[in-house]
Amino acid sequence: MLIRSPKDFWAGLLFMGLGIGAIAVGSRYNLGTAARMGPGYFPRILGILLIVLGLIITFRGVQARGDAVPKWHWRPTLVVLGSVVLFGLIVAKIGVAISTVVLIVASSAASHEFRPKEAVVAGVLLSALAVGVFVIGLSLQLPIWPVLGR
Amino acid sequence: MELLNHLALGFSVALTPINLFYALVGCLLGTLIGVLPGIGPVATIAMLLPTTYALQPVSALIMLAGIYYGAQYGGSTTAVLLNMPGESSSVVTCLDGHQMARKGQAGAALAIAALGSFFAGTVATLLIASVAIPLSELALKFGPAEYFSLMVLGLIGAVVLASGSLIKAIAMIITGLLLGIVGTDVNSGTQRFAFGIPELSDGIGVVGVAMGLFGFAEIITNLESTEKRELITSKVKGLWLTKEQFRAAWPAVLRGTGLGSILGILPGGGAMLSSFASYTVEKKISKHPEEFGKGAIAGVAGPESANNAGAQTSFIPLLTLGIPENAVMAMMVGAMTIHNIQPGPQVMTSNPKLFWGLIASMWVGNLMLVVLNLPMIGMWVKLLKVPYRMLYPAILLFCAIGVYTVNNTDVDVAMTAFFGFLGVLFMKLGCEPAPLLLGFVLGPMMEENLRRAMLLSRGDPTTFLTRPISVGMLIAAVLLIVIIALPNIRKKREEAFHEET
Repeated sequence: MLIRSPKDFWAGLLFMGLGIGAIAVGSRYNLGTAARMGPGYFPRILGILLIVLGLIITFRGVQARGDAVPKWHWRPTLVVLGSVVLFGLIVAKIGVAISTVVLIVASSAASHEFRPKEAVVAGVLLSALAVGVFVIGLSLQLPIWPVLGR
Repeated sequence: MELLNHLALGFSVALTPINLFYALVGCLLGTLIGVLPGIGPVATIAMLLPTTYALQPVSALIMLAGIYYGAQYGGSTTAVLLNMPGESSSVVTCLDGHQMARKGQAGAALAIAALGSFFAGTVATLLIASVAIPLSELALKFGPAEYFSLMVLGLIGAVVLASGSLIKAIAMIITGLLLGIVGTDVNSGTQRFAFGIPELSDGIGVVGVAMGLFGFAEIITNLESTEKRELITSKVKGLWLTKEQFRAAWPAVLRGTGLGSILGILPGGGAMLSSFASYTVEKKISKHPEEFGKGAIAGVAGPESANNAGAQTSFIPLLTLGIPENAVMAMMVGAMTIHNIQPGPQVMTSNPKLFWGLIASMWVGNLMLVVLNLPMIGMWVKLLKVPYRMLYPAILLFCAIGVYTVNNTDVDVAMTAFFGFLGVLFMKLGCEPAPLLLGFVLGPMMEENLRRAMLLSRGDPTTFLTRPISVGMLIAAVLLIVIIALPNIRKKREEAFHEET
């Protein structure tokens, strides 16, 4: 079997996987009847539809010519998402001021033009801005500095 | 006249100092993001949604609407001056707008874009005000079966008119519907697809989904490309139009406004489709089609009027039927839900101040954009000199704070990151994220109406086919798919979306 259109092929498999997952997880919910639908009814319909559509898309991926999946450069994905998750984990504990600097410097590393000194300066400036706008201006419930005793 | 009374009520709301202020903030922020590439209106609305919790619902919606049409203005500014579309809807403005700028007519191009947009905005506002009542009355007669079929038609229409693979887009809608029903089922109290995560029992937040799919994924994809942005700033000399330019432009403005108003109402329509369609029309009917691409003023005037008209009339299905037709409108549904307003025909009667205030504010916002933005063009262009490597961490910061403060939990941030990952994956596989967002906001409504319709018909699914309005809409949906699937039209549709890009 030859995959002529990798984009379609893999997209189809993804949708099929989602459909199978929805039906597998959803099988624990009460299906009910057509007149009195239980919580499992609608997800079951959607799951079946996804599997059917996924099959068609995969089939097209084998049959028709199409684009290759572009190369995935992992650095931007990992660094950007990682630094945001890190920010979420630390902001309530060490405060907006420091976690902003951490986020800015860490996420700047995702760019191939990364300049560490510039990133630190930007981090400090944005940190002051974030504290001013969000904590003082909009009075969001976030600490500015590390919360001691936690 | 009733219409005048309604508009008077609307202006009494829109012209209060606080609402004027939020309209201004919305317009300025919208222009800002329109100027900056790499962040669109959907991600911006998601970013700012949390800051509107404390506002009155009407102020919040006025500000968010301002972001949407402000972005059209900002996008056209950079298209003319830098040959760089800030928004997808201003791609066609680059063609002739930038050529005009090269000939030293940047001022004229910007002026006609602003005046055309303002004219289109005025007409669109009046159109919304006049069709709102009859459409809402029609919608109030709808039962659950009609609503279900209307949503099917709306979702199908939304993907038919969008670019990209039709079948993948439908699969994305269904994925969105599935994500939309995550959480506690209202009828039985069952936790669905919550995987034991307590934060998921209230469902997935629209902010996280939109920010991940549209904000993070976009940033990551931008970072992957190593292309450098070029900056060629043209000088703007005098914002005026000569008599001949005016004469060449005004029929295009009229046609663009008409076309945009109609395409904006259709499901899947909105700013981008309108501007593409208008450019094609202007080129077709022009006596000098060879001038297009070389600085024809009609090629700026038409699409610019059309995209603004389309941006505004796309509010019609949302406000009267409660059906969002594009991703920005899906965000407006999210905003209304957060403020405990169920979008739909009842909004006009139960909350007339909000309804007419929002409509009147659109006109006010358009006026603000003309008055404020033309003199500020120089400042906006300077902003472009901030390199992307410094811009995106700041965008990430605002996103992270925004999503964290929705519920003050790190789970939401992690969830957003997950959707960012999904967004990149979908982009790699050639799947557009907009249909997923539409399905996501409509998921619970669709299930509820399906349930009610089937309960009323005692489990007989033919109820959708025996009720005339319902079957009409389903037939329309099927026809749309069939027409698009025909080889000839499919080819034309692909051409239409590729020709000008």
